[in-house]
Amino acid sequence: MPVSVLLILGMGAAVGFISGLFGIGGGFLMTPLLIFLGIPPAVAVATQSAQIVASSTTSSLNALRRNALDLKLGAILVAGGFIGSVLGVWFFAAARRAGQLELVIVISYVTLFTVVGSLMLKESIREFWTKRKGGSVRLRRRAGEHAPYLGWPLRVRFHRSKLYASVLPILGLALFVGFAGALLGIGGGFIMVPALLYIFRVPTTVVVGTSQFQIVCTTLVALILHAVANQAVDIVLAILLIVGGVFGAQFGSRAGRYLRAELFRFLLALLLLAVGLRFAMELVVHPDEPFSITVQESRV
Amino acid sequence: MRALLLLLVLCASLAPASAETLITSLSNHRVLITSNYTGTSIAVFGAIERDAQTVSRATAYDAVVTVRGPSQYLVVREKEQVGPVWINQEQQKFPIAPAYLGVLTSRPVDEITSPQLRQRQKIGLRAIIDSPEFTNTREGADRPFRDALYRLKEQEGLYLQDERGVTFLTPSIFRASIPLPATAPPGNYDVEVALLADTVILARTITHFELVKTGFEQQVGDVARDWSAFYGLATALVAVFFGWSANLIFRRD
Repeated sequence: MPVSVLLILGMGAAVGFISGLFGIGGGFLMTPLLIFLGIPPAVAVATQSAQIVASSTTSSLNALRRNALDLKLGAILVAGGFIGSVLGVWFFAAARRAGQLELVIVISYVTLFTVVGSLMLKESIREFWTKRKGGSVRLRRRAGEHAPYLGWPLRVRFHRSKLYASVLPILGLALFVGFAGALLGIGGGFIMVPALLYIFRVPTTVVVGTSQFQIVCTTLVALILHAVANQAVDIVLAILLIVGGVFGAQFGSRAGRYLRAELFRFLLALLLLAVGLRFAMELVVHPDEPFSITVQESRV
Repeated sequence: MRALLLLLVLCASLAPASAETLITSLSNHRVLITSNYTGTSIAVFGAIERDAQTVSRATAYDAVVTVRGPSQYLVVREKEQVGPVWINQEQQKFPIAPAYLGVLTSRPVDEITSPQLRQRQKIGLRAIIDSPEFTNTREGADRPFRDALYRLKEQEGLYLQDERGVTFLTPSIFRASIPLPATAPPGNYDVEVALLADTVILARTITHFELVKTGFEQQVGDVARDWSAFYGLATALVAVFFGWSANLIFRRD
């Protein structure tokens, strides 16, 4: 697949910039971009996981140094994420054999992005509105207020996260994120962070670090599994993406300090919706060439 | 009538075998390709020898060079509209499709032989693609899938037919140049040369060459295939290393 080296580096840097700006992994942008560029979805997804490993290693190490990470909660998330990853890679291979991988990826992107994008858009518009009226929208934990599923069996106390909850919903969340991550080539931070914040009410200080820790571990497993089961990892492409992303992210996070938080979330929501719509187009528009060839087996 | 015709054809294809001998040679039996390569070509030379008893023919000779790359199991799928979306629906399998297929002739194939002989002897690209054993049997339309295979492979430069690809240097010596695009896969290639005159096959030869890819990209590809666990681990290590160094370089405190 001949693709310009400079183009990939540039895209890596641009996506890195955005990911630094919003403090998210960037996989959700990079994988679609690679697919739109004409790189086979299988290769795009598998290779992008290498870039996610690199960028989340950086942020986990940062979080570790600032002590902004709940290792106990992280370990539970990793356990759930592993199972999700294995299932995700298995499903990926099965869909590929059936010739429907592209469809599965595109439909998942459309669903996930329109749902998460609209939720975020709604949230940010509401936030914007109440702020203008002078109200405060800070998340507050009221004593004795719990969602019912937090009281399920196997309750565990997480001191750093100020959380005393059943591990089952936490495992479930991690499993879902791991599955989606392996299937779509995303870290899943943009699902994990809001979920931990809004559903489990984990303090903001440890949310990002913990989520990044979970992403490193889960995506590492997904990356190796993708290489073994699907042989779709391209190490050269991965290095280009990583190098571009590393530099972009630094500038992005610097620029991010001058952006207001709610504007931030609003822009991110628009971005998600745009990518979702672009994928929906892919599904609906009449293809120029309805036929495609897949090599099932090569004999040398 | 039909039997007689068949007999005639049979005699015609057997008898001249002793009269004309075809000698062919390739410029190379091993093509080495590096990763930054833009395609190459390999030459075929052919000489026709007539024994003393045979009188010279009134019509000129024709030559058909057919090159087949390593075979692949291909699946061609067709997207169809289901509700508002386009989904892969029908599929046709090609269990023994050559990864590369080149047919070079001295004249357009339909001028060289009859359609029947073309089909039976698989002379020409269409005859190979349309042959019944090229696909698994399936119900429903079959033709569009063969057409699609040809079209898509042709776009990649992997299936080609050149009606002026064979040049006769003298009436009994010819040469052809087989173009190999950058995307041609490594493996064993068969070069089949058929000599015809008066729409009848006089002689056939088969030679081989091997396409070998060398260079960094190919080595990486080999490792990814044969040592996939190691390759995955190595990629993971590289990623972690880059992430860790970024953390060191851009430390903010």
